[in-house]
Amino acid sequence: MPAGPMDGAPAAERAHVTIRGLSKRFGNAVIYDKFDFDIPRGKLISVFGPNGCGKSTLINMIAGLIPINEGEILFDGKRLNEIKFGYVFQNYREALFPWLRAIDNIEYPLKVMKVPSAERQARSEKLIAHLGVKIDLKRYPYEMSGGQQQLVSIMRALIVEPEILFLDEPFSALDYEMTLFMREQLQRVFQETGTTTVLVSHDLEEAVYLADRILLLSRHPALVADFVHFDDARPRTDETLSGAEFIRVKAHCLEVFQREVRKG
Amino acid sequence: MKRLDQLLPIVGVIGLIVVWYVAVWCEVVDPVLLPSPTQTFWALWKGMTGGVLGFDFFMTVRRTIISTLIAAAIALPLGIFLGSSERLYRSVEFVIDFFRSTPASAMFPLFLVLFGVGDKTKISVAAFGAMLVILFNVAYGVMNARKTRLLAAKVMGASRLRVLTDVMLLESLPQTFIGLRNGVSLALVIIVVAEMFIGSTDGLGHRVFEAQQLFEMPDMYAAIFAAGALGYGLNLLFLLVERRFVHWSGK
Repeated sequence: MPAGPMDGAPAAERAHVTIRGLSKRFGNAVIYDKFDFDIPRGKLISVFGPNGCGKSTLINMIAGLIPINEGEILFDGKRLNEIKFGYVFQNYREALFPWLRAIDNIEYPLKVMKVPSAERQARSEKLIAHLGVKIDLKRYPYEMSGGQQQLVSIMRALIVEPEILFLDEPFSALDYEMTLFMREQLQRVFQETGTTTVLVSHDLEEAVYLADRILLLSRHPALVADFVHFDDARPRTDETLSGAEFIRVKAHCLEVFQREVRKG
Repeated sequence: MKRLDQLLPIVGVIGLIVVWYVAVWCEVVDPVLLPSPTQTFWALWKGMTGGVLGFDFFMTVRRTIISTLIAAAIALPLGIFLGSSERLYRSVEFVIDFFRSTPASAMFPLFLVLFGVGDKTKISVAAFGAMLVILFNVAYGVMNARKTRLLAAKVMGASRLRVLTDVMLLESLPQTFIGLRNGVSLALVIIVVAEMFIGSTDGLGHRVFEAQQLFEMPDMYAAIFAAGALGYGLNLLFLLVERRFVHWSGK
C-alpha cells in the first residue's frame, strides 16, 4: 500500500497515523468504504463534517473503541496496543470515576500501568505545574463545575504522556463561557506538549480556531472533502477570530461543508 | 422559615397522638382494645428498659441481621457474577423473578421440613427472601454500569478483571444498597411473621402475639411500635452507611 500524500496534504509532512483501506458498516449503512488518510505528526487536527457522517466513528475506530470491518490503522508503523494514547469523552460526567477524587482520577491510568505511588504523585505534580492548573484537585468530580471536570478528563488523558490525544466533542456539553475558557486550556496543552491531537468538533469556529489542519468529511460513506491548512501563529486570541486568514479559511470550510450537505 | 420546615415531620406524629387521645377520650373504641398513648408508651418504656420486650427486640434484631448477612454473603458475589454477563443473567432471570414474586411465607412448610422447628427455619426463609431481592439489585447494578465509564477504563488499558473490580463493582454500589435496604426490610417482615407462629418462645412477633392472647393491650401496642422503630431504624442505618461509603450516589 503506498503511503503517499492524501488529498492536499503536502508530501513533506511526516505522517504519524496511517489509515489504509478502512471500511466500517453499521447494519446496511456504509460509513467508511476503503478510506485512506494520513494524520500528520505534532499537529492539531479538527474533524468537521455533516451530522452523522462518522466524525466520532473515525476517532473511535482509531482509538480502538469500536471495531473496524476492514483496513489497517498504524501509528509510526506500530499497532494501537503498542503505543500510549489519551482519549477525552464528550460526556465527562460519565467518563470520570465519581468515587475517586479528581487527583486520583488523573493518576488512575498510571495505576493501571502499575506505576508506583510516589512516581504517580511526582508525575501528576509535574503535569499540574506544566499546565498551570490552579483548581483544588482534592475534590470529587461531582463537586466541580463541568469545565473543571472536563479539564480533569484532559489531564487524565495527558498523564501517560500520550503520543496522540483524541478528543470527541469535548466542549459541547459546556456552556459558552466555559467553552471559551476550555479552548484556551486546550490550546495551552497543545502548545506545551506538541502532542499530535485529533479533535472532533461540531462548531466550525472552534474547529478552525484551534486547528493546524481541518479535516472536512463528506456524508457517508465518508470521504475527505478537503484537508485545509490554518497556519496562524499561536497563541491564538480573540484577534485571530477577526483576522483575514481566519475568516478566509472559515468561509472556505463553510463552503465545502454546505456543498457536502447539499449533496445528501 | 427554613428552620421551621425541618420540624414538619413532627406535625404528623403530633397529629396522630392527638387523634389517638381524642379517640380514647370519646371512647370511640372499647377502652380495653385501645389504651391511651400514655399507657402504651409507659408499657413500651417498661418493656424495653427491664421487661421482656427488650429481650424479644434483641432476638428479632439478631435474627434479622444474621439472615441479611447470609443473604448478602450469597447474593453479592453471585449478583456480580451473573450481572457481569447480560446473557448469563437473562438466562436465569425468569427463575429469580419467579421466586422473588413467590411470597416467602409460602416457603415456611418446606423449610420446616428441611430445618425443623427453630431458629434455622426462620433465618433461612428470611435469608432466602432477602437474598433474591439483593441478588437482582446487584446484578442490575453491574449490568447498568455506565458504558462510557467502562470504555474509559478500557481505553486506559485496564484488563477485564480490572474493569470489574475498579469500575463495575463501584458502579453497582448505589443499586446494591437499594437491594440491601429492601432485603433487610423483607427479612424483618419474614422474621416477625415466623416468630408469631412457628413454635417460637421469643422475638417481637412472639411478643405481639402473646400480648394479644393474654389481652395485654398496652404491651401489644408497645411491641408493635418496637417493631416499627426497628424497621425504620434498620432502613435509616443502611441509608447512613450508604451516604458514608457511596458518597457519589445520586450525584
